[in-house]
Amino acid sequence: MRTVSYLLIGIVFGITMFKSEAASWFRIYEMFKFESFHMYGIIGSALLLGILVVQFIKRTRMKSFYNEKIVLPPKEMNFYRYIFGGIIFGLGWALAGACPGPMFTLAGAGYVSIFVVIGAAILGTFLYGLLKDKLPH
Amino acid sequence: MNWIYEPWPWYVSGPMITLIMFLLLLMGKNFGMSSNLRTLCTICGAGNQATFFKFDWREQKWNLVVVLGAIIGGFIGANLLSEETAVAINPATVEDLKLLGFNSAGKAYLPEVLYDLSALTNIKSLSILAIGGLMVGFGARYAGGCTSGHAISGLSNLQLPSLIAVIGFFAGGLVMIHFIFPLIF
Repeated sequence: MRTVSYLLIGIVFGITMFKSEAASWFRIYEMFKFESFHMYGIIGSALLLGILVVQFIKRTRMKSFYNEKIVLPPKEMNFYRYIFGGIIFGLGWALAGACPGPMFTLAGAGYVSIFVVIGAAILGTFLYGLLKDKLPH
Repeated sequence: MNWIYEPWPWYVSGPMITLIMFLLLLMGKNFGMSSNLRTLCTICGAGNQATFFKFDWREQKWNLVVVLGAIIGGFIGANLLSEETAVAINPATVEDLKLLGFNSAGKAYLPEVLYDLSALTNIKSLSILAIGGLMVGFGARYAGGCTSGHAISGLSNLQLPSLIAVIGFFAGGLVMIHFIFPLIF
């Protein structure tokens, strides 16, 4: 039952990424050119509602479907890893026009070349794992 | 119900993303897609090369199921819920992209220069896809999250680290589009 739920959530996510055009390289380019409100509207409205949802969960001490406490782990404070990692991610995001969710959506949509991006992203993650201790964190 | 076949406006798409985050929280999980790339490394045996990959990947099986769903969702979105997939970006952006050699701007979902099958035999296109993907994977793990983990989950929880990461995402993207694109296209 849980597995089916995750699958359904993933399907809704995939459809949303495709239909919102957040998985389109063109939309990412347009966003960084500040020539459309579309992507800012998507991220902004998701975020604004997200803040309300998280506050609601915290204030009402809402439990999960399985009656467990909902945990939102705080991110460990650091500057270098977030700014350097963020910039490297941003460079790649604008170049390939796909981030780690939409790249899978595009695979399902039938764009074969996206497998190059997915393979390279897995390799990039592997390289980070190898170099982790040598990087400023 | 015809609207469903049209591109979804931001005020539908944004709240849908929040709903996905909310449902995952109710399932007792956190919304974040890039950690799947680490899980895939572990499944491929990366634990033998670096301790970063030594963890029980079965704990992350749920997130791989979400990925499987995202793939199926992409298929449904493109084949069953769309009559036309051309992305109507700003005409000014289309003109600008044509000057850079992206002739499919405004007429396709993805640029054919990079995502048409023929791109797989073009060294330049292939390198761009590979370098882009490499930086996405490396950067996401270095920053401890991507657009979903930081820009949506982290910022919704008012996390300062996520704000720093998102500022980094935008700084990197702006540098790529405004300074590096004129050099490579």
